[in-house]
Amino acid sequence: MSSVAQKRGFGAALWDWMTTVDHKKIGILYLIGGGFFFVVGGIEAMIIRLQLLKPNNDLVSAGLFNDLITMHGTTMIFLAAMPILFGFMNYIMPLQIGARDVAFPFINSLGFWMFFFGGLFLNISWLIGQVPDAGWTSYASLSLASTGHGIDFYAIGLQIAGGGTLMAGINFLVTIINMRAPGMTYMRMPLFTWTTFVASAMILFAFPPLTVGLFFLTFDRMFGGNFFDHTMGGNTIIWEHIFWIFGHPEVYILILPAFGIFSEIFSIFSRKRLFGYPAMVFATVLIGFLGFMVWAHHMFTVGLGPTANAIFAVATMAIAVPTGVKIFNWLLTIWGGSISMTTPMLYALGFIPSFVMGGVTGVMQGAAPLDYQLHDSYFIVAHFHYVIVGGVVLAILAGVHLYWPKMFGTMLSETLGKITFVFFFVGFHCTFLIQHWLGFWGMPRRVWTYMDGQGWNTANLISSIGALLMAIGVIVLVINIIMTTVKNVRVGNDPWGDGRTLEWAIPSPPPFYNFTQTPLVRGLDTVYIEKMEGNTTMLTPAEPVQDIHMPNGSIIPFFMTFGLFIAGFGAMFHQETSWGLPLLIFGLAWIFVSMAMRSVKDDLGFYVTKEEIQRDIDNARKGGRN
Amino acid sequence: MMKGLKKWRLFSLLAVLTVFLAGCGQQELSTLLPAGQVGKDQFKLLMLSSGIMLFVILVVVAIYVVALIRFRRSKLGDDFIPEQVEGSQKLELIWTIIPIILILILAVPTVYYTYKLGDVKAMEEVDDNGDAKHLVVDVTAKLYWWEFEYPDLGIVTAQELVVPTKEKVFFNLKAADVKHSFWIPAIGGKLDTNVENLNKFYLTFDQESEGLKDGVFYGKCAELCGPSHSLMDFKVKTLPRDEFNAWAKNMKATADKTAVANEDGKEVFEASCIGCHATSGAGEGGSQGPNLAAFGDRNRIAGFLEHDEEKLKEWIKNPQKIKPGNTMPSFEDQLSDQELNDLAEYLLGLSVEQ
Amino acid sequence: MDLNKKFTPETWPEHPERATLEAKNKFVGFWLFLGGETILFATLFATYMALKNKGPSGFGFSTQELYQLPLVFVMTLLLLTSSLTSVYAMHHMKNYNFKKMQLWLAITAILGLCFLGLEVYEFSHYVKEGFTFGNSAFSSAFFTLVGTHGFHVAIGLVWVTLLIFRNAKRGLNLYNATKYYTFSLYWHFIDVVWVFIFTVVYLMGVIG
Repeated sequence: MSSVAQKRGFGAALWDWMTTVDHKKIGILYLIGGGFFFVVGGIEAMIIRLQLLKPNNDLVSAGLFNDLITMHGTTMIFLAAMPILFGFMNYIMPLQIGARDVAFPFINSLGFWMFFFGGLFLNISWLIGQVPDAGWTSYASLSLASTGHGIDFYAIGLQIAGGGTLMAGINFLVTIINMRAPGMTYMRMPLFTWTTFVASAMILFAFPPLTVGLFFLTFDRMFGGNFFDHTMGGNTIIWEHIFWIFGHPEVYILILPAFGIFSEIFSIFSRKRLFGYPAMVFATVLIGFLGFMVWAHHMFTVGLGPTANAIFAVATMAIAVPTGVKIFNWLLTIWGGSISMTTPMLYALGFIPSFVMGGVTGVMQGAAPLDYQLHDSYFIVAHFHYVIVGGVVLAILAGVHLYWPKMFGTMLSETLGKITFVFFFVGFHCTFLIQHWLGFWGMPRRVWTYMDGQGWNTANLISSIGALLMAIGVIVLVINIIMTTVKNVRVGNDPWGDGRTLEWAIPSPPPFYNFTQTPLVRGLDTVYIEKMEGNTTMLTPAEPVQDIHMPNGSIIPFFMTFGLFIAGFGAMFHQETSWGLPLLIFGLAWIFVSMAMRSVKDDLGFYVTKEEIQRDIDNARKGGRN
Repeated sequence: MMKGLKKWRLFSLLAVLTVFLAGCGQQELSTLLPAGQVGKDQFKLLMLSSGIMLFVILVVVAIYVVALIRFRRSKLGDDFIPEQVEGSQKLELIWTIIPIILILILAVPTVYYTYKLGDVKAMEEVDDNGDAKHLVVDVTAKLYWWEFEYPDLGIVTAQELVVPTKEKVFFNLKAADVKHSFWIPAIGGKLDTNVENLNKFYLTFDQESEGLKDGVFYGKCAELCGPSHSLMDFKVKTLPRDEFNAWAKNMKATADKTAVANEDGKEVFEASCIGCHATSGAGEGGSQGPNLAAFGDRNRIAGFLEHDEEKLKEWIKNPQKIKPGNTMPSFEDQLSDQELNDLAEYLLGLSVEQ
Repeated sequence: MDLNKKFTPETWPEHPERATLEAKNKFVGFWLFLGGETILFATLFATYMALKNKGPSGFGFSTQELYQLPLVFVMTLLLLTSSLTSVYAMHHMKNYNFKKMQLWLAITAILGLCFLGLEVYEFSHYVKEGFTFGNSAFSSAFFTLVGTHGFHVAIGLVWVTLLIFRNAKRGLNLYNATKYYTFSLYWHFIDVVWVFIFTVVYLMGVIG
């Protein structure tokens, strides 16, 4: 297995990636998959903004526009933001707690392939020309009325991807509960690990409702169900409840890991321990908890009655308190520190004002009567882009720059990184700040075009120009990645020089077993403690050099997901074609056989011998690394 | 160089001011220029919450800027190791309690207005004669048009809501096909029209629409409802009570007598259109297409097109091209140019105001 | 881990289901999975409650007329008993008594199979009466809730059958002890869900 470094053919490498259960490789796969969909969603966004560039524009047709907004939202949330964050969680979290892998490497791989095939399934709708068109929320009356297979792609694709997410969530939870290194108590866990933990717990409780909701939608559209058909006694409001019981926690699932990444960055590049660490942990948990109590604030205008609206309004505002605690703790972390203006730090510093703006507009919408005006207007578009782009996407870009050297052993160019930041940051505010006013001025969201003479022209033009700037930023990032990969200047264990947590104490990229010896954690920011005490290896081992147990790779996850993929097409076409039903059954049988194979075949993993590890340690020493 | 910089500063200041002044939008559809009690209440909440939030932003930005200026590594030197402060309970307490207070300041009026705006008990009130005390309008949202029925007055219209000023008007909202949402930005916040239940709320219209740019307030559908969601506009005409009464009377009267602008057009209408469209404003809602009794008085064709003969003919010829997904068939191949001309003239002559 | 390592009841650990790290992971992970399943069923229950007795105009079915309590009562007895027998099985697993464990698990499986048979009968009876899946919102919600439970029972049956046959020759070890244990957890979970279905759907349907 230490043959990883050997040169092999393309086929063998491909096989290796398809069968890998190494959390680091799966993390990179998540990043690649998520990055791909991020670009797809970004192109959709650009077309949307081009269409809205001027009044009465007809660059795209009304139907195509609805396809674009639906796919933009769905892609960005489910196929870009979450998978990219999962990539970081997968790669970094086990390193941060001193583990050699995640708890369920097999399921980890399965989760990735389900995300990937789910995303593929969803996007195949473009090729068939029947695309989801009822918005990423797919409210039931419209999603039932929508013709063609568009919504079917949505329901089945998200079902597959959502299953993968649920698995990943459970996996991260168990990893953090069971696999922390000696001395890594809960209150010594780096904040990124904490946010991963809470976000995973939220996934566990938020995704089952989505699963159920999507099944209802699938049944209604493809199998004669009547959950949402009011002429048959159904009720569309049930969908709205179910969707938002999932959907609201979902935004916290996105933002919490982003908070985690920024917490790491503030601490590293201020050379200071995170201010008020216990309060930060508590605030994270509280946000996670409150996140489940506020879903109906997306439904203030549905007509739930004043009492429900009032309760959910106040609950919503309550979330501002722990979020505020976080903001001030970050401010006090940089206060009195030594701020180094690196690219990741720029993103983190850009994040604070951006996210505060997004946060406060959230509280404004929490005021139910005011929300009657703001709901479904461009104000809400501005608000959620401020939190998701200003929070999550900035965190993703920051994370890419921060962890790139750890993952690939070479630094992204700082100059290009800063150029990316400037374009993206300026473009972001240019695009979305003005949209608050568009909302005030009466522009509803999800409009394909708008008439002249409503006072919206200039604002929309500004917004579209901003989008262009953001696109330039992303293009510079891609150039940066290509150039860096070509140059390939190798870096050591702690390329930023100020790493504080365990991932910065091991080689970049780490060996497949991560730690030659499981480390002993001596406190919060354990590597910083070791550094201050002059320990050049930056680690105190908790065990002698000994054999390491590692899991075997497997192709079964890939096959299992492929079965789901096939079954999905079968379900979709079973009503109008004769091959649909057999295909569905075949797909399900395929999954079952794969599962049985996995179940019946013993997979006990293998051992990396003491000698191999000792050889790696000696090589590293000779190589002049720490 | 410095002078140029100063000029640039002045210019940017001016630019910001212009944006700020223009920042209120247009009277007929801006939530920032509310023309009704509900909208004004919501505007008050907007001001209050914006004030609190601006305060929060200012505090954050102040700390942030000072920290950025004082604690740069380029200033402190590369070897500087800051003190590893663990935290401060006092500070944590401060920034927990102050936000709670701020939230409470916002929460109390929020709850108050939630109940105030949600109070529709008066809808059922009747006077001594058993007539409803308040005007109630039944709104039905259909694929890309709006039907307004006045059950107590026995009249129905479409696309252009006509209401009296300076009194509470109550609404029963419902969707006939998929979910829509009823929104008149300048008057007050929206409420969804659901397919399975009736939603009720009220609005007040304080200002007559006469003086506005187009003589009407703009209404919007705010919930994605299909391809032509963005074109599902309606207009609101607000009249003083006595003018409203006169309008209602005229509408009622369209049942018996109507001035016909073009007799041939009427024949075409009765041959091709009457299956879906009524020209009598008296009666109940529920028709296939918008009621056309007051068509000539309207401000827009199909809710958003210029109100002239040219556009009307274009619309009748090919409604699908103009408003994709609506339920009106195309008449391009069925009507001759002459028939179209007659029809258009007839339709534009349907009026209750002249 | 060595699969061939032989234990005696004395050397067999007190908690064989979480004696190794892998086992501990599975143990914790499965509990969490059941947490997610709880939410899944909660959503189904909520939907059922909202759509109970709802149908198109002129809808002729109601919970009072539809459900047959005696049949459901027998089903409940079967499933509760099977939960008990799986407890016996786990008792023997902890005492390293492989044969008795297998026996009790087989009894559990047979009871589960009987339950499933009765459920199939119940469903086909409803369908014959015209209460089909697509008949109304009520029927969709009913079949989805109870059917999802039935599907879980079926999965459990396949799972335990595979376990029994796969390990018949090689006996207990620390690798498959966790598998047996998680199965029994799963079976208890199914049982608890059924108790809720019995109460919320059937009892409250007929009496409430």
